[in-house]
This record gives sequence, structure tokens and C-alpha cells, in this order.
Amino acid sequence: MSNKLVDIKDEYLSFFTPAGEVKALNGVSISLNEGEVLGIVGESGSGKSVTAYSLMGLTAHPGKLISGELNFNGHQVEKMSEKEMRKMRGNEVSIIFQDPMTSLNPVYTIGNQIEEVILLHTDKDKAQAKERARELLELVGINEPDKRLKQYPHELSGGMRQRVMIAIALACEPKLLIADEPTTALDVTIQAQILELMMELKDKLGMAIILITHDLGVVANMCEKIAVMYAGHIVEYGTVDDIFYNPKHEYTKGLLKSIPRLDATEHERLVPIEGTPIDMLNPPKGCPFAPRCEKCMKICLREMPPVTEFDDVHYTQCWMNQKEMMQGGTANE
Amino acid sequence: MAKYIFKRICLAIVTIWAVATLTFFLMNLVPGGPFMSEKAVSPEAMAALEAKYGLDKPLGEQYLTYMKDALHGDFGQSLRQRGRSVSSIIFSKFPVSAKVGGMAVVVALVLGVPLGCLAAFNRGKVWDHIISVIATCGIAVPSFVICTFLMYTFGVKLKWLPTLGLTGPANYIMPVVALAFYPMAYIMRLMRSSMLDVLGQDYMRTAKAKGVSQSKSIFKHALRNAILPVITYLGPMMAYTLSGSFIVEKIFTIPGLGGQFVSSITNRDYTVIMGTTIFLATFMVIMMVVVDILYKIVDPRIKLK
Ligand SMILES: Nc1ncnc2c1ncn2[C@@H]1O[C@H](COP(=O)(O)OP(=O)(O)OP(=O)(O)O)[C@@H](O)[C@H]1O
Ligand code: SF4
Ligand SMILES: [Mg+2]
Repeated sequence: MSNKLVDIKDEYLSFFTPAGEVKALNGVSISLNEGEVLGIVGESGSGKSVTAYSLMGLTAHPGKLISGELNFNGHQVEKMSEKEMRKMRGNEVSIIFQDPMTSLNPVYTIGNQIEEVILLHTDKDKAQAKERARELLELVGINEPDKRLKQYPHELSGGMRQRVMIAIALACEPKLLIADEPTTALDVTIQAQILELMMELKDKLGMAIILITHDLGVVANMCEKIAVMYAGHIVEYGTVDDIFYNPKHEYTKGLLKSIPRLDATEHERLVPIEGTPIDMLNPPKGCPFAPRCEKCMKICLREMPPVTEFDDVHYTQCWMNQKEMMQGGTANE
Repeated sequence: MAKYIFKRICLAIVTIWAVATLTFFLMNLVPGGPFMSEKAVSPEAMAALEAKYGLDKPLGEQYLTYMKDALHGDFGQSLRQRGRSVSSIIFSKFPVSAKVGGMAVVVALVLGVPLGCLAAFNRGKVWDHIISVIATCGIAVPSFVICTFLMYTFGVKLKWLPTLGLTGPANYIMPVVALAFYPMAYIMRLMRSSMLDVLGQDYMRTAKAKGVSQSKSIFKHALRNAILPVITYLGPMMAYTLSGSFIVEKIFTIPGLGGQFVSSITNRDYTVIMGTTIFLATFMVIMMVVVDILYKIVDPRIKLK
């Protein structure tokens, strides 16, 4: 496809910690078109954040890209210098983090922190940057923008700070917005407002979004495609319909069972599936989900399952699916 | 802000008054008078002396007179240095101490802050280890050892630096270094740990994600946050260095307030002891107020009370 904005191909990334090599990503592939919303779900430590951060070059030290291609907006991110990446960050791709309480610098005003990114990436002067910052605050629905510009982060509520983070992220109209659990730290009512705002701004500005979350309800409402991650693998990838109405991987099925209704409006947090995640320092040879999988077969323990493609988009990494595919049967639970 | 400063100043005045009162009454509780000495003084002579200094009056009256005079900067006459008022002693000695101490403060900050940062940026590497050794020495080695070491090496052996008095600029080097060593080491440690803490903060990651360069994110985003503990330490540090260290002043024969204070105690020069105590307390309280205001300027989270 010509208008592919993100194309991560077979990414392997490790963190070299004193305890040993943490294999955080083990062959992750993701592609995303302009203006599309991709949800990444999976339990803690599965590599959701690392996947997204690596696209911005934010996993430096002790992280190291072992192999793979990271294509974004015409750049080959894995080959870019730090200086080139600086020009891209905050400009072509922005990020909002989980905790708005700590993501803003406490000793500078909101205005200063929004203007900083504008001054960095555009040739606006101070006054124009200030005017733009004001506009942005209005855009993200903050009242009394003139007053807010002069305030410090501690004077704002959590929801408002996250709006400020969004304003900073959108200041240079990026092609891609990465939202790493943007609402986890907020009240339920505020969560809905922030997500609504993000969708509204997406329609207005036409950017693509990678939304990282634990919350399957959010994903169902917002995303077009979903990547389900487990132990540094994308174990299943597909459209929202694929994942919710035709899940193939045992882990995805487990995730779905843990929410009461598919169209759950009240955002249920994922109840972890029985068993504990694997040790990323010593990942098993075979399928990482094997110790927790009810359908586990002998081969699962011996060898990593290959990719099974159901159509252009939908794929899994599971021996069971592979077997069914070989037998030409349709997988029905 | 103005209201905050006003409040802080009022509080400072109360503190100073309390210190002065406490000092006054404590001095009166100390057994033995100022005129006790090896030689017996006749009762008549003693009575005459006490009358001269107003010591025959009731304590309450003495207190009121003392406080009234103190308000005008008059702490009475020295009991030992004939013909010299306490204020004149303080104001001739304090500038000497303050000058040496002031230079030490500057040296401690100018070396301590960057070296602490350097250690943090090179955590676990050679520079970090070197700086950590210096910091440990500075904190653990008592100042008389440092003074003696400096004196012996640069004064006696190498004969690079003068060892007596404060006659020329070169005379300042050793006392300033000796005085600056401890606070510098302390600042290095403070700065290292707070910088490490700040570097791991989420807002540093935000800065990077915005495309801010590393040097700018350190100078703009990290330093201002990391320096806060150092500012807190600035108050006690200035009080400690500017008021004059007895040991440093004695070893380098500096005619400062620290040496004076100790000798007035051994001499039982009551009025000088009281005057100096009140003066130093006032000085420290002022330092604290200044530092509080400075802190408020650097860290907007500190609420105006
Ligand atoms: N800076 C780092 N140093 C060492 N290991 C790291 C680092 N960052 C991430 N990891 C490891 O990489 C793996 C993936 O982490 P990642 O942050 O992507 O998880 P996640 O799916 O985002 O989890 P969460 O839901 O908790 O945010 C984890 O095992 C984690 O321990
Ligand atoms: S590969 Fe085997 S163990 Fe892994 S999810 Fe599929 S069936 Fe379960
Ligand atoms: Mg994460």
C-alpha cells in the first residue's frame, strides 16, 4: 500500500540489563495507514510500550534494536541519527503518556511547555508561539486559556493536565499520535472525556493513532485494528471485528472471556488469565503462552508457532490455528 | 509574594527575640560571674564593678535595659577588652570571617554543582568513582586534618602559599579551600543523587519525546529541578561558613568572628558571648528567610502561606 504511515517489520529488541538480556520484542510487525487507529492490548510487560517507543527512538540505552525495519512516514527510523530523530519527535510523531501528573515539568508554566515544542519545530517567534499555544488549549477544551498558560502543572487537575499533554502532542500536527494508556491514571468520567477528545481531534486533524491500553472496551469503541501482544510477540492481529467476533488465538479468547459483554460500555479492566506471564530473561523455546494454554500441544513446547494468515489483515501465531489451516477446516470453538 | 515575605520577616523577628531572651537568661543562670578569677577580688571592688555594669539591679530591669540597647545595636561593653564595645568587636571581626566564608560558599557551589552533575551523568563510570572518593573524603575528614595537610604541604614543604594572616590574595587560598571542602563534598553528593532522580522522571522523557536536545533538556528541564535540595542546604551552609570556623581561623591565624567567639567563652566575656550569639542567630535567621524566598522563586509548587 502506498499510503502506509507505519510499517514495522519483524522487530527484535532487547534490553541489556545487569540481570541479563530482556528480550522485549521478538519479531513484531505492525502496519498502519494514515488516519487509522490501531489498538495494542496485552498484559503488563508484553511489550506494548516498547513497540511504540521504538518507533520514536525512545528505547535507547539499555535498549537495543537487534533486527527489523522501522518505517515511519518515509523514514527508516532504525537508520536515523539522534539528530534526525529529534526533528521527527514532537513534530511528525508525538506521544502522550500514562501519568499526566508526572509528565509535565513542575517548575515551568503550561504556556512555556507548550511553546517549547512549537518553537522547536516551527519558525514561529515567541509571540506567535504563544498565540498558537492559546489556540491549542482552546482546541483541547481548556477554558480560560490565557490564565492557564501562566499556571503551573500543580495548579491543574489530572484531566486538565492530560489535555495539556494532548495540546503539546498536537502542537505541530503530527501524522501519528501514540497514546500510552492515556486514561489509566484518570477518573472514569474524565477517561471518557479524554478519549472522546482524542477521537474528535483525530477526525479534525486526520492523524493516525496508536492506542495502548489494558481496556478492551476502549479498543472496541475507538480502534480499527487491534494487535494483541504477549511476551514480545503479536499473537493476534486483525480488525476490531476479527478480534471481537472471530478471535483465533487462545490468549485473545481468554482476554475476551474476561470481559462480561463484547459491547461493554462500562470499561472493565482486564482480569488476567490464569497463570503467570513468562520470564522475559529466559523465554521458552516454543510458544510463550504454552504454560497457560488449555489447548497446548507437544509441538507448542518445542517450537515457536509460525504465522497463520486468515486474510490480508487477520493473522495469529499459534500451532492450533496452523493445524486447522492445514486441515482446511474452519476454526470453530 | 509580598505578603509571604512580610510574614516570613515577622516570624524571623519573633525568632530572634526568643533567641535573645533565652541567651540573656541562660547567661544569668551560669554559675560564677564575669569577675571571678584566680585572684581574689575584694567585696568592695566587686560591688563597684557590678554597679558599673548594672549587675546590681533586679534581673527584670537588667533584661529590659539590655533588650532596649540591643535594639539599637548596642550590646554593651566588652568585659575583657577594655574600652571596646561588643558591637565594635563584632563589626570588626565579622567581615573578615564573612569574606573568607563567602568565597568558600562560591567555591563550594561552583565546584560542587557541576561535579555532582558530572557524577550523575557518568553513573557507575570512572568519573563517578573519582567524584565519590572526593565527596567521601570531604565529608569524613575533619577540617583540622585538612587544614594541617594544606598547611604542611603547600605552606611548609612546597612554600607555595603564605601561612600566616590575611595580608594578600594568596593568603586566602588555603583557608577558603579548607572551609569549602566539606560543603563542596556535601553539595556534590546532594547534586548527584537529585540529578539521578530527576533524570529518571517522566517529564524528562516528555522533553525527549518533544524533540528537545539532550543538552537543552539537561539545562532547562533537569537542572532547575535537581538544584532544589542544594538550595535547601544553602541556608545552613552559609550560616556555617560565613560565621567563621574556629578551627580554620585558629590554624591560619585569621582575625575572624569564629576565633573571637571561642576566646570570649574561655574568657567569660559575658557581654561578648551574648552579643555574638544574638548577632549570629539574627544572621542565620536572615539567611533562612533569603533561602526560603529563593526556593519559592525556583520552585513554584511551594505554596504562599
Ligand atoms: N528501560 C528498560 N530496561 C529494562 N527492561 C525494560 C525497559 N523498558 C522495558 N523493559 C522490559 O521490556 C518488557 C516490555 O515492557 P513494556 O514497557 O513494553 O510493557 P508494557 O506492555 O507496556 O507493560 P505495561 O502495561 O506495564 O505498560 C518488559 O519485560 C520490561 O521489563
Ligand atoms: S501455539 Fe499452542 S500453546 Fe501457543 S497458544 Fe497456540 S495452542 Fe496454545
Ligand atoms: Mg507500558
